[in-house]
Amino acid sequence: MQETDAIINARREMEICNACRYCEGFCAVFPAVELRREFSAGDLSYLANLCHNCKGCYYACQYSPPHEWGINVPKALAEVRAESYVEYAWPKPMAAVFERNGTVVALVAALGIALVLFLSMITNSYFWVAQGVVAESFYNVIPLWAMQVVGIATFGFSLFALGMGARNFWRDAGPQESIGPTAIGIAIWDVLTLKNLGGGGNGCNDNSEAFSMRRRYLHHAMFYGFMLCFAATTTGFIYHSFLGWPAPYAFFSVPVVLGTVGGILMIVGTIGLLAMKFVDDPIPNVRRLLGGDIALLMLLAMIAVTGLVLLAVRATGAMGLAMAIHLGFILAFFLVLPYSKMVHGVYRSAALLRRAIERNMKPLGGE
Amino acid sequence: MPDRTKTYDVLVAGGGNAALCAAITARQAGASVLLVESAPKAFRGGNSRHTRNLRAMHDQPNEVLTDAYKEDEYWDDLLRVTGGQTDEALARMTIRASSGVFSWMKDAGVRFQPSLTGTLNLGRTNAFFLGGGKALVNAYYLTAEKLGIEILYDTEVVSMNMEDGSVRSVDIRYKGFPETVHARCVVASSGGFQANLEWMREYWGDAVDNFVIRGTPYNRGRVLKNLLDQGVAAIGDPTQFHAVALDARAPKFDGGITTRLDSVPYSVVVNRNGDRFYDEGEDVWPKRYAIWGRLIAQQPGQIAYSICDSKAFPLFMPSVFPAYKADTVEELAVKMKLDPAKIRETVDGFNKAVKPGQVFDNLKLDGNATDGLTPNKTNWARAVDKGPFYGYPLRPGITFTYLSVKVNDKAQVLMDNGQPAGNLFASGEIMSGNILGKGYLAGFGMTIGTVFGRIAGQEAARRARN
Repeated sequence: MQETDAIINARREMEICNACRYCEGFCAVFPAVELRREFSAGDLSYLANLCHNCKGCYYACQYSPPHEWGINVPKALAEVRAESYVEYAWPKPMAAVFERNGTVVALVAALGIALVLFLSMITNSYFWVAQGVVAESFYNVIPLWAMQVVGIATFGFSLFALGMGARNFWRDAGPQESIGPTAIGIAIWDVLTLKNLGGGGNGCNDNSEAFSMRRRYLHHAMFYGFMLCFAATTTGFIYHSFLGWPAPYAFFSVPVVLGTVGGILMIVGTIGLLAMKFVDDPIPNVRRLLGGDIALLMLLAMIAVTGLVLLAVRATGAMGLAMAIHLGFILAFFLVLPYSKMVHGVYRSAALLRRAIERNMKPLGGE
Repeated sequence: MPDRTKTYDVLVAGGGNAALCAAITARQAGASVLLVESAPKAFRGGNSRHTRNLRAMHDQPNEVLTDAYKEDEYWDDLLRVTGGQTDEALARMTIRASSGVFSWMKDAGVRFQPSLTGTLNLGRTNAFFLGGGKALVNAYYLTAEKLGIEILYDTEVVSMNMEDGSVRSVDIRYKGFPETVHARCVVASSGGFQANLEWMREYWGDAVDNFVIRGTPYNRGRVLKNLLDQGVAAIGDPTQFHAVALDARAPKFDGGITTRLDSVPYSVVVNRNGDRFYDEGEDVWPKRYAIWGRLIAQQPGQIAYSICDSKAFPLFMPSVFPAYKADTVEELAVKMKLDPAKIRETVDGFNKAVKPGQVFDNLKLDGNATDGLTPNKTNWARAVDKGPFYGYPLRPGITFTYLSVKVNDKAQVLMDNGQPAGNLFASGEIMSGNILGKGYLAGFGMTIGTVFGRIAGQEAARRARN
């Protein structure tokens, strides 16, 4: 990481936290702070990505604004986190995309839909509702090979780019010690349960001193909904490619049930999280990051909504249009994946892994 | 807005832990309650916002406390730190009551930290609030709002107008404007007067300019003085306060916990003239940090300097301010504006006097001492010889004052004639001098505030509704 104003401010705040330590019961960040007396830029990137932004420490802080020290850890770490996304982006020129992330994500989504619509339109006749012809299969609209080539190419590239980002993070903000199986197990558990959105078991401070599990549960709905949708797609792929059962599948088949439940959960999670953005306390937040957050939540919500619409209209003449829009959103998602808020999943998981590796180290200082 | 036409059942002056415990308890007993806090909302909570834990008696381990801490041990600890300046009946009542506050606190929204790593080994005796005292204060305010307690911020109690031993009306300044409100009973929970530098100056002169006030700037003792001027009985030495050694670069007010410095036992500590003045290794720091405030207050310019080498530097908690650092003792002295030759002489003298002793052990009194110095260092004495060298300037940091209103076991304020006031109660720092006339036990202020706040709230509500 570069020595920026955000890093210098985060270091100042972490040094104050390290002399106080009242917040050590909230999450993993403060016990990690207590292991060190000096904070390199890489350490601060690690701490920033370890922070889940529950804001418990902000409301509990005796030095938060208007105190002259103005300690605002969620905000300070969010600033560093945003810079770390730029720093670790691969390939390097794509880092610029994080600057106006909301605009970029929205534009890619629009262009993704336009492109899929346009290609479907010019390549086949099943597209038009007005023609009254109902396609027998999704693949009449867009050939399977085209879906697979585009899907694997874009998603594959994005996964590779995320992997390179993770490597960059680990080089800059990773531990000295080696990774053990227990640490991996602990980190996976922390990722899957979002333990650190728990405020020591009480939940987050969404927009006031009051604690709530709302955010954690909404994120769970979104995350597990997404995973169910992913499982639905994978099951469909197996049915088609290995078992020779072509789509569409019945309403109570495994892929459709997974996709439906997943889609509903995603809608609940994304809309809930979006709604929370509008009532957030502005002080412990970074306003300029809001655009990218909202754009990604909207994109995920639209993937889920259009997926359910497609299910509803799949036996009608509207199927072609519905599928083109749905696939357009998915294409956009694949394209922006490594250059959107989605990267937080990778860096936060890596930070939790480092924390798990350091779990037996003793706090410095004190009696 | 305060309701001028209404007579509240209970008016609570103050907005910290003791005030909130009194207000919530009174409201839970059915009383209408007005809480008057002089600070703005962002700085509400008095000194409680800087606290972290509460010392509680317990006969067996519970969710937040390990082992056992029984009444007699607790009382012995209190007796030791106060040197007998306590009231045994009130103290034992407080200690016993401390074991029963948890479920009430939890119901009122307070959360505790399950176990503790790091700081002072207090996991046995003290229950730690998750997020510290401000989180506790936040939880109580949320509960108070939910219960329908009226809260006035930016509002100072100017005068409790007493007649025949009862408070008839209360003058306040509501956002800068004078008002008069009425209540059947009044609870004074507005703290000590350590932030009133002019009052402090009466006893300490210009040394006050070199004192740091660790907590809230809103504890100006206005209610305390007002009551004492109206024939309320006083207890506690007005000239005395609890003070610790702090980093001299601390802000004048509200620096809280982070400006404290634990370097003394592993350092050589000199005054502005470069002379040592007290045994740095007399006892473990949790038992000594409180006397160092006074020791420094008695030095010229109320300042001292802690000097250690790179062997000692990792042994204590970091201060919030970076240490002065230099490759030689002389350079370090220059950086701290001390006489380099004199510091060299003091450090050399100290190093020569270190007796070759036992293995160094910072976890216990290790007996490594100096010989032939005045004063000697009696533990953890090691030559200060391995650069780089580190230094911190130290000043007295004042936590609270001892002067209090006298109370009985029902939290009733006593008049000079020994009779309880008709409708006036007190809890927290404003009456802690009854029990803690000298010294300090970590977390005991919150215990007194919670126990007496609950009693005051209960008694005030009962009296108001009879």
